[in-house]
Amino acid sequence: MRYTVFIADLLIYIPALCLYIYISNKCENSKILLTSLSILLYPGLMLIDHGHFHLGLALWGILALFSDHDILGSVAFTLSLCYKQMELYHAWPFFCYLLGKCYHNKKNRLLKLINIALSVIATFAVCFSPFLQRKEDILQVFHRLFPFARGLYEDKVANIWCSLSVLIKLKEIFSLQSLLLLCLVCTVFSLLPSGLNLIRNPTFLKFKLALANSSLVFFLLSFQVHEKSILLAALPVCLLLPDYPFVSFWFLMISTFSMFPLFVKDDLVLHYFSTLLLFYVVVGITFNLTPNQPSKNQFLPWIYPLLPYMLVLSLAGCLLLNVASLVVIPPPDKPDLFSVLIAIYSCIHFVLFLTYFNYVQFTVNSHTGKSSSEKSSQQTSPKKSIQIPANNNRKIKKQ
Amino acid sequence: MAPSITYVAAAITCLKLLLIPSYRSTDFEVHRNWLAITHSLPIKKWYYEDTSIWTLDYPPLFAWFEFGLSQIAQFFDPQMLVIRKDPYASLATIYFQRLSVIFSDFLLIYAAHELCTKVLRHHGRTNEANIFYNRNFIMTIMLISNFGLLIVDHIHFQYNGFLFGLLLLSVVRICQGKNLQGAFWFAVLLNFKHIFLYISPAYFVYLLRCYCFKSTFDTKISWRSFSFRRFISLGLVVLSVFAISFGPFIYLKQIPQILSRLFPFKRGLCHAYWAPNFWAIYNVIDKAAVIIGLRTGLLDAHMIGGSTMTGGLVQEFRHTVLPSVKPHITLLLTIISILPILMKIWSNPQGIQSFLQGIILCAFGSFLFGWHVHEKAVLMILIPFSLLVLESKRDAGLFLIMSTVGNYSLFPLLFTQKETPIKICAMLLYTLYLFMALSRFHGVRSKFYQLPLLSIPESLYLMGLVPVEFFNSLLSPMLGLDVRLPFLSLMLTSVYCSLGLIYSWFKFYYHILLDNSAVKKDKQKKH
Repeated sequence: MRYTVFIADLLIYIPALCLYIYISNKCENSKILLTSLSILLYPGLMLIDHGHFHLGLALWGILALFSDHDILGSVAFTLSLCYKQMELYHAWPFFCYLLGKCYHNKKNRLLKLINIALSVIATFAVCFSPFLQRKEDILQVFHRLFPFARGLYEDKVANIWCSLSVLIKLKEIFSLQSLLLLCLVCTVFSLLPSGLNLIRNPTFLKFKLALANSSLVFFLLSFQVHEKSILLAALPVCLLLPDYPFVSFWFLMISTFSMFPLFVKDDLVLHYFSTLLLFYVVVGITFNLTPNQPSKNQFLPWIYPLLPYMLVLSLAGCLLLNVASLVVIPPPDKPDLFSVLIAIYSCIHFVLFLTYFNYVQFTVNSHTGKSSSEKSSQQTSPKKSIQIPANNNRKIKKQ
Repeated sequence: MAPSITYVAAAITCLKLLLIPSYRSTDFEVHRNWLAITHSLPIKKWYYEDTSIWTLDYPPLFAWFEFGLSQIAQFFDPQMLVIRKDPYASLATIYFQRLSVIFSDFLLIYAAHELCTKVLRHHGRTNEANIFYNRNFIMTIMLISNFGLLIVDHIHFQYNGFLFGLLLLSVVRICQGKNLQGAFWFAVLLNFKHIFLYISPAYFVYLLRCYCFKSTFDTKISWRSFSFRRFISLGLVVLSVFAISFGPFIYLKQIPQILSRLFPFKRGLCHAYWAPNFWAIYNVIDKAAVIIGLRTGLLDAHMIGGSTMTGGLVQEFRHTVLPSVKPHITLLLTIISILPILMKIWSNPQGIQSFLQGIILCAFGSFLFGWHVHEKAVLMILIPFSLLVLESKRDAGLFLIMSTVGNYSLFPLLFTQKETPIKICAMLLYTLYLFMALSRFHGVRSKFYQLPLLSIPESLYLMGLVPVEFFNSLLSPMLGLDVRLPFLSLMLTSVYCSLGLIYSWFKFYYHILLDNSAVKKDKQKKH
């Protein structure tokens, strides 16, 4: 079992990632190596060791889009969608990006659109062909894929519904149908801004940001979410790591933290702490962990100097909650106290990250079309790094 | 900036933490038992206790070290401090012992840090930021994330890390010219683990020649420059360390008992798994001769006792065709093998370089010809050798062969399924990094048909390790050979590795002695 995961990784996920880093960062070998290493060492993916397969396929899709093989990209992504329906989290940006690209394509825009649409439909048809014979089969497949009957959320997930349940018991107020509708409306409305922005201005950097945004929206607002789904948001954020090291690093730490109860259940506490520290070390070697310099017309300029301290505070909070959940025995009437606290704590972070990523997506001043890769390399903070302040360093190391 | 030693140390410590739940050998129980002995018995019984078969057989400072650990261990699990015959390993015990190894390794990290900051010279290279060019980074990787140390200490379980830390510290002090401190640390090291006695001749000759004689590193020794003050202070430093360590036992009149524990000559010529040395080849020749003899009818089957097969026992083992080897012969061979380098240090010391060569060759000689050598002793060659590789391209090439072969020869230490991918991946990663870094550092471009820094036969030889491993881990279980002839794959590994090690020993020696004569010729020309 473990070997199959390992080999699937070795064949699909790791080459895609390395190739992506290789073609997107045109810099020296050792930098490429370290960047790939730091993404590969992301603890969330390492510790939850199944499901890399669809992420790998999605990554191939992203890779193909980056190198302008739009049809190949859409086929790869459709395959990953057929492999795991959770990839719907990424579908919206793919759609918007391709649509935007077709629209901005001056010549034969319709032809391109039709090409892509046909390839997607054909891929779907091939994947589902065994089940397309009878109508009941199709319904049954869909019923299995989207088990709405399971309720709004299962365990303690760090999304909005679960966090709100501390204040309002939505499950008890509304019926299943109206909850479903509520989720749908909220999700669609929060997806719209970033998608429309992407259609208007389809650059690759915006595409990556939109991927992060859409998967975060799905994670926070959709129906029946699992803790592990945060990994779907973590993948695009991993790709953003070279562009926005500070925020991405912060997000990746929090996302791993949000799965802590799972690790406790699987007896992976030791691995959790050591891989987090390892991740911090490698990212610290590779990137400059200071927030990106604010430009002149930026919103809230006073907040930037405070950000490193906020990172330390937030990670210290994580550590506190981790240790507390291991050491303190919760009161008997609230056995899940720490899981809920961890969920709420991460949820607040995720909402802020979502806001920030949306904000960045709208404010990234980008030229249209091909220059996106140059753009992203400009966005990268200076390579010669200044280390983060000493106290900052020390506090994170305690993790 | 390339990552500093702190980062590497933090990363490697994380890796060690991740290895806590992995396989552990009987050495784990050995050290657990020593914790129990030193904690629950008075000093006078330490070297007499034999409830468990794993009796205390390290010098007294190590016993004191275990005593210190046991003071902390009692807060983890008092049960582990009870002397018992059967192994005991609770979760707390595992965590405690593993963590104690990880923490004691900080001494090695400190020593590596001292080496990088105080001894290594910085050349104004342009790409210091690249991890394949930075001197400190390469050195740090070779020393503190050494593959051999990692698997021997953190999977197999032993405390070699901090012992090599002591060795390194002593070398660093001598490199800095602080000879007395160097001698002190080495004396401490000897009292932790007596296997380091093998390299003490190099220390002795070097310190006598280059510290007690004030004359500079000239070819001719001036007898008048002998300084009694230095000689006596050196002697005092070393003797006082020994006095503190062995003093209580001298007072208790237990020295013969301790010595019999420290030097158990009852064990056989070779360890259960043959270390890749001269005797491995000797044994194989003997075996081959027996088989050929039986086939051709030159030997009678009943002349050969049944016990000569190379079973996995630590007992004595008789050779059939070739003469059996007695301990004093191995000792003699070892001494003969190290004499040339000692004479070279005496007659023509070239500073620290000779000293390091002396250490390496002493370790090498004892490894190749010694009595009952463990395969782990190869680390005693590899770790001092890594200090030479940045200075000379030739040594770097040799080191690549030795490190690859030596590390590969450690593979049989970990025979469990679960550890196989770990050991293979870690070995590949470490070896590939060494090849890339050293070839770039020395500015060698690699060609596609040979490995960088190596000649074609050498590359072929190293590539041959791949089929050997393929045979050991796939073919042999598939053919059922691991049941019928369990010793076959071990024998193959150790013979194959011993060829490479003996070859590098010859080459290294040859170059050193050749250098020596070359220098002499130079001087003669000048005169």
